[in-house]
Amino acid sequence: MAKDRSNDLSFTEYQVADNGLLDRRLFLKRGLQFGAISTLASSTALASTTKSKTEAVTDFNPISPEWMKKMGAPFSTYGVPSKHEDSVLRFPTQNESVPGNGVSWTPLHLMEGTITPNGLHYERHHNGVPQIDPKKHTLLIHGLVKNDLTFSIDDLLRYPMESKICFIECGGNSNAGWNKQPSRSEAGYFNGMASCAEWTGVPLSVLLDEVGLRKKAKWIIAEGADAFAMQMSIPIEKAIDDAFLALYQNGERIRPENGYPLRLIVPGWEGVLNVKWLRRLKISNRPVMARNETSKYTELQPSGKSRMFTFVIEAKSLITSPSANMLLKEAGLYQITGLAWTGRGKIKQVDVSADNGKTWAQAELQEPVLDRSFTRFRLPWNWNGKPATIKSRAIDETGYVQPERSELVAERGRHGFFHYNAITNWHIDSDGFVSHVYDKDENETTDSNNSIDSGWD
Amino acid sequence: MTKMKMKQLILITVLIAAGTSSLFAESKKGPDLGKSVSPEEITGWEISVFPDGEGLPKGEGSVEEGEKIYQQQCIVCHGENGLGETADQLAGAQMGLTSEYPEQTIGTYWPYATTVFDVIRRSMPMTAPSSLNDNEVYSVTAYLLYLNNLIAKNDVMNSESLPKVKMPNESGFINVYEKEKQR
Ligand code: HEC
Repeated sequence: MAKDRSNDLSFTEYQVADNGLLDRRLFLKRGLQFGAISTLASSTALASTTKSKTEAVTDFNPISPEWMKKMGAPFSTYGVPSKHEDSVLRFPTQNESVPGNGVSWTPLHLMEGTITPNGLHYERHHNGVPQIDPKKHTLLIHGLVKNDLTFSIDDLLRYPMESKICFIECGGNSNAGWNKQPSRSEAGYFNGMASCAEWTGVPLSVLLDEVGLRKKAKWIIAEGADAFAMQMSIPIEKAIDDAFLALYQNGERIRPENGYPLRLIVPGWEGVLNVKWLRRLKISNRPVMARNETSKYTELQPSGKSRMFTFVIEAKSLITSPSANMLLKEAGLYQITGLAWTGRGKIKQVDVSADNGKTWAQAELQEPVLDRSFTRFRLPWNWNGKPATIKSRAIDETGYVQPERSELVAERGRHGFFHYNAITNWHIDSDGFVSHVYDKDENETTDSNNSIDSGWD
Repeated sequence: MTKMKMKQLILITVLIAAGTSSLFAESKKGPDLGKSVSPEEITGWEISVFPDGEGLPKGEGSVEEGEKIYQQQCIVCHGENGLGETADQLAGAQMGLTSEYPEQTIGTYWPYATTVFDVIRRSMPMTAPSSLNDNEVYSVTAYLLYLNNLIAKNDVMNSESLPKVKMPNESGFINVYEKEKQR
């Protein structure tokens, strides 16, 4: 077990903001031992397995481990994670009567780096995952074009391709933040409708050149081959600029739950527009006003008017560790780590506070910082064992600053449901237990059952 | 700026102005494998319905027929009178959009009646999507509009009447994308 170093080292010379935030170069300067953080049993179904895994094992011989005394396992045709990592899972929540209507959250709080492995990429389906035979899948592009054309998947595999690493975030991600009471879930299980992968496919502009756009072409209406026949309208500028039809995800063909065999990618724009199982692109002079651009994915404001076509994901950041339901075992040095992203380009800066926003320090950004991708930030923190509230704030290259929750709620009210991107506070109590809290003046109600917004749209 | 760069910039600007080619399309050319499709074939694919009625099929439906379908195929998930069960509330809002607990239903929130037809035809009932014929979709759409006090009990819904249904919240939306573009 790590020794309690908080008494013999104060790190004051490295302090960059109050309450123990330390210079980000401290990691490089000294090979310091960091405190252990464990994931506690929690509200989720994973609780029991997680708990037993955090108990320390003592009856083993580190000098001569058993696995050095017998032959190792043979090769495998498709690798899977270690069985000791079997609690690192997506967390599904779905409709009672329609099991394929819902989401599964990426466990951001159990992950590091910036790339989401394909088995952990978040999912949002409206009526399940279609089991598509690629030989029987056709893409039709038609409407305000010179030639209506169809393409097979084999055809598309012969086209010039591009790769882009980018995040996809559901417009409904983090919507628990609108609730009057803080969330009790782990960080990923209410902010993990966001993932980041390398997508590879055919620039849409290449296909639009082939069909030949007519002058009046202003929107493309993308449709999926799922049981919901998902349909979304996207401005033609975006389609021409940087949209592409992905066939690969992190080097392998797209997973069924992420759109196999073909997915539209619109970098930086809300997840629902990245239509999965793409089968049709209708070129039009106006949006179709589909259910998911009118009834849902619009944001009711206090005025009674609603924001519509809110495509771009604004800057957001989140400390993934320490985060909700984790336990800091003792005072001492910890690494604060988290993710930031913006649909408007690159993350310029992430600030971290350990005194609930009174003082801030700049976190170190993991290089390379990529356009419209997850950006990993880290900062050392010397926890003094007293209650503390930590938070992060992203600033993107346009100068946009991630808002405090009170600012967002003041501007948008609490019934917009979508596009919640406020700062998240984690409170560490004197036992080291971490929980989600709002700022003091935001205690809107004491009635804990008063969650009026919930769900996953 | 070098001459070379200047040239590139001009080229890019021209491409953007032309509005048909992206920055990388200029250098990338596909193998032109697309196959032509006849307008008749496309009719089968065409299920998108626009607010002005474009895309609406022939046929018609009544509130009375719609009620029968609703009771058999929709009520399990959407509840009696569209009040919501395991799935969305579709009608019967008591609270307005500016209240503490706003109810966003077809009657209080949806800007276009055509969207009701479109979403039902392509995806409802969830357990058997695209199993209703066009007359049935018109009927159940009529029933939902009737439940929301948007049409009368004897009104018939078809490609003429449906786009004309007045939706109270039609002007309730701010086009954020357009606003940003103008800035
Ligand atoms: C098995 C359950 C189930 C049945 C049966 C069902 N629906 Fe649905 N319906 C849903 C779910 C779940 C949603 C929400 C879909 C989503 O969020 O993606 C939905 C959404 C809708 C919507 C859009 C609601 C909104 O506010 O945006 C309409 C309209 C609708 N259904 C109509 C019908 C009609 C009409 C029928 C019968 C023909 C029907 N549904 C049968 C589960 C069902």
